[in-house]
Amino acid sequence: MSALTQTEHAELERWIDIIWEKAHELGLDPFPVHFEVAPAHVIYELGAYALPARFSHWTYGRDYHVQKTMYEYGVSKIYELVFNADPSQAFLLDVNDMLSHKLVIAHVYGHSDFFKHNMTFRHTNRQMIERCRLHAERIRQYEMKHGPAEVESLLDALLSIDEHIDPIIEQPKAQEKKKEARKSETSYDDLIYMVDPKPETPVDKDRFPASPQKDLLLFIRDHSKVLEDWQRDVVEIVREEMLYFVPQIKTKIMNEGWASFWHERILENLPLTAEEHLQFRRMHSSVLQPGSRTSMNPYYVGYKIFRSIERRWNGEEADDPEENWMGERIDRPTGEGMSKIFEVREAENDQSFLHKYLTSNLVKELDLYTYRIEEREGELVWVVDETDWRKVRNALAEQLTNFGVPIITVEDGDYEHRGELYLRHHYDGKPLDMARTSRCLRSIAQLWGRPVRLETVADDEEIVIICDGQSVTHIAK
Amino acid sequence: MGVSDPWLSADSWDLHRRAEKDRLRHNDKIKEVIKENLGDLVSHQDIITADDGKIVKIPIRGLELPHIRFDPHGKKGVGQGQGNTKPGDVIGRSGQPGEGAGKQAGTEPGVDFYEAEFTIEEIAEMVFEDLHLPNLRDKGTKDILSDQVRFDTLARRGPQSNLDRKRTLINAYKRNAAQGAPGWNIEDEDKRFKSWEIVPEKQKNAVILAMRDVSGSMGEFEAYICRSFYYWMLRFLKKKYASADIVFITCHTEAKEVDEHEFFAAGDSGGTRLSVAYRLAIEVIEKRFNPREWNIYPFMFSDGYNWGDSEVVEYMKKLVDYSNLVGYGEIANDLWGQAGALAPLGQSLNDAFGEDGRVVIVKIANKEDVWPALKLFFSNHKEVASL
Repeated sequence: MSALTQTEHAELERWIDIIWEKAHELGLDPFPVHFEVAPAHVIYELGAYALPARFSHWTYGRDYHVQKTMYEYGVSKIYELVFNADPSQAFLLDVNDMLSHKLVIAHVYGHSDFFKHNMTFRHTNRQMIERCRLHAERIRQYEMKHGPAEVESLLDALLSIDEHIDPIIEQPKAQEKKKEARKSETSYDDLIYMVDPKPETPVDKDRFPASPQKDLLLFIRDHSKVLEDWQRDVVEIVREEMLYFVPQIKTKIMNEGWASFWHERILENLPLTAEEHLQFRRMHSSVLQPGSRTSMNPYYVGYKIFRSIERRWNGEEADDPEENWMGERIDRPTGEGMSKIFEVREAENDQSFLHKYLTSNLVKELDLYTYRIEEREGELVWVVDETDWRKVRNALAEQLTNFGVPIITVEDGDYEHRGELYLRHHYDGKPLDMARTSRCLRSIAQLWGRPVRLETVADDEEIVIICDGQSVTHIAK
Repeated sequence: MGVSDPWLSADSWDLHRRAEKDRLRHNDKIKEVIKENLGDLVSHQDIITADDGKIVKIPIRGLELPHIRFDPHGKKGVGQGQGNTKPGDVIGRSGQPGEGAGKQAGTEPGVDFYEAEFTIEEIAEMVFEDLHLPNLRDKGTKDILSDQVRFDTLARRGPQSNLDRKRTLINAYKRNAAQGAPGWNIEDEDKRFKSWEIVPEKQKNAVILAMRDVSGSMGEFEAYICRSFYYWMLRFLKKKYASADIVFITCHTEAKEVDEHEFFAAGDSGGTRLSVAYRLAIEVIEKRFNPREWNIYPFMFSDGYNWGDSEVVEYMKKLVDYSNLVGYGEIANDLWGQAGALAPLGQSLNDAFGEDGRVVIVKIANKEDVWPALKLFFSNHKEVASL
């Protein structure tokens, strides 16, 4: 049973309409949003599964348990959940008071507007919630037919490497149709290829694949020596869902910043009582707390940058210039703050957003810094390294390359004509976590059915990690 | 359901318990990890001396799914302070005092650390899950233990976790259809809960003869191992075979039947003559436990310092003929402790019964061997024809 009375339900409906009107009046254009009032356990369950009715896996059960515990102990509060779909699906916590609902509804419209307009989301499947339900059903049938242990072992292996996909080659049909159109979009290519490096090796017909491939899951699906048809279907399910999630990972800071910016702007324009206004301010600042000393709060950073872009492009803070990718100062017309932030929300992802719009003043105000880890007298110590704004900005943007995940490409699917898989880690000065990488190589070998090699750099030496399915060995390259 | 109103709905979520299944699977996986480490737990002093309700915290690693990641210690990161952070400021350290011992690992970015809490009871259940009295036969008619719980009846009320979803949905569908509005709308009256009944299960007569060497050569380590083995054995028997009889016998140059308390407390001096313990065991069996009516399990723990006692093998032969299984555990000492070599007594028993499926001889050289010994004694052995 819902905790809402009929009167509350009617009032909530009225505010959903009012806030929808206000959002449009202020310039937002979200998808229609279907709100659902639900108890906490449903909301933290949805949070753990990331999509309603998604397939079962013990890691989601673990995350659900953690969220449930944190909620019950009052460590974390959940206000809202919203899914990228058309119409968007959002969930309101049934025990929240009316003002919290108002803030959450405004925040949700911000997210939905972002989903609809940001270019990173252009190819996402807006019917993913239904797709997921079908995926879950197929996986349930495979469990019945092949046994839950068999399915779990397959999912364990796949979910370990699910980030190694290539959003650029998704939906080849749509891409073919848009070939002409894409040519005119070259202004984004630098961004795309900064995140997903352009294949540099020329196409070689004798090689397989002809050029290095970033979509490891796709390669396994199409060329694995051991997978049966149903297992290939599960590979595709995991890949498809991950393709849906990647844009959210790539725009976390922007998306949360945008929603926070708009919940504030909308609530400022609603007829609130003085007491409600005070409460709204308190909630707003609790969302926008600085991060921990070894991380940052994406809501806070994203919000601050959007606020600052609006001010700067309105002609304030002329002493805080922005630079383009070449390090050249950008000319800023005045009075264009509002149109500028709409342009930014459409065209950027977190990496380009931070690189272009994180300025000297912002780094100082947000107290961002880089740190390094040192060993001192047998213990590890985290030490602040740089506070120079360019270095901090570059470090942040660089951290977001490939959404923070090491880039791995398939170099050879028939290594030395033995059917082995040869992978390469695109090393950029940061070594891999060897223990975890070794475990992942076992997963890849399990899926591939033959030994797997991964070329990387450890202790400044080029090495190859070889996994024959069980044991893992390192050799110098 | 809010179909008529697409913008705001408030469904009944009572039946929504999908994540519970995956949570339970995660719990099972934690238990699997713990079972792999039972060797450490079983011989742990704290556990043997703890009360049932006591909670033991067990650190668990490896329940994360691995991902290819950068070495958390090999790179720089970006952080956020409260203002005025300067280069050189120390913002965190591993093993920081005051962080609390259990939290240290968690302060290191990138290290997944999970602490599971279990009661002694729960650990005992995991220990016993795979143990049982081997070669147990139908002998006599004495009803012992085991109220088996059968989850096969349905009730109209019960805890939410026992909801029979399929039955509930069928009821709801039928009722809605009968009321002229087919659909899945669920009312309280549709709900059915799985319930249980207690079915007493008839078990077989069994007697365990627990014997231990309490001679002067049994040092602190030997006594500890002996006690921890018997601690688990008793718990196991009381849990799974509640009305099995247990006879306690201690022995140096003389053997005597004692009660449980005395058995565990015993520590003595003097020489060893295990044959007297075996002789006493045979007397007890002949007087009180007719092998045709009883499943009989004699166990002996000794350090094997037992010379010139040729009668042991003779008595043992008789004991083996009476018993379902005879166990002999030799606890290693300095002299014989290396490379699995047995002391003279163990050696002579091994020579005589090494091929006999009714005899299990184990050697315990360190604490971690207690668990494998328990598993070896209380697992299925080859069926023995002469029983």
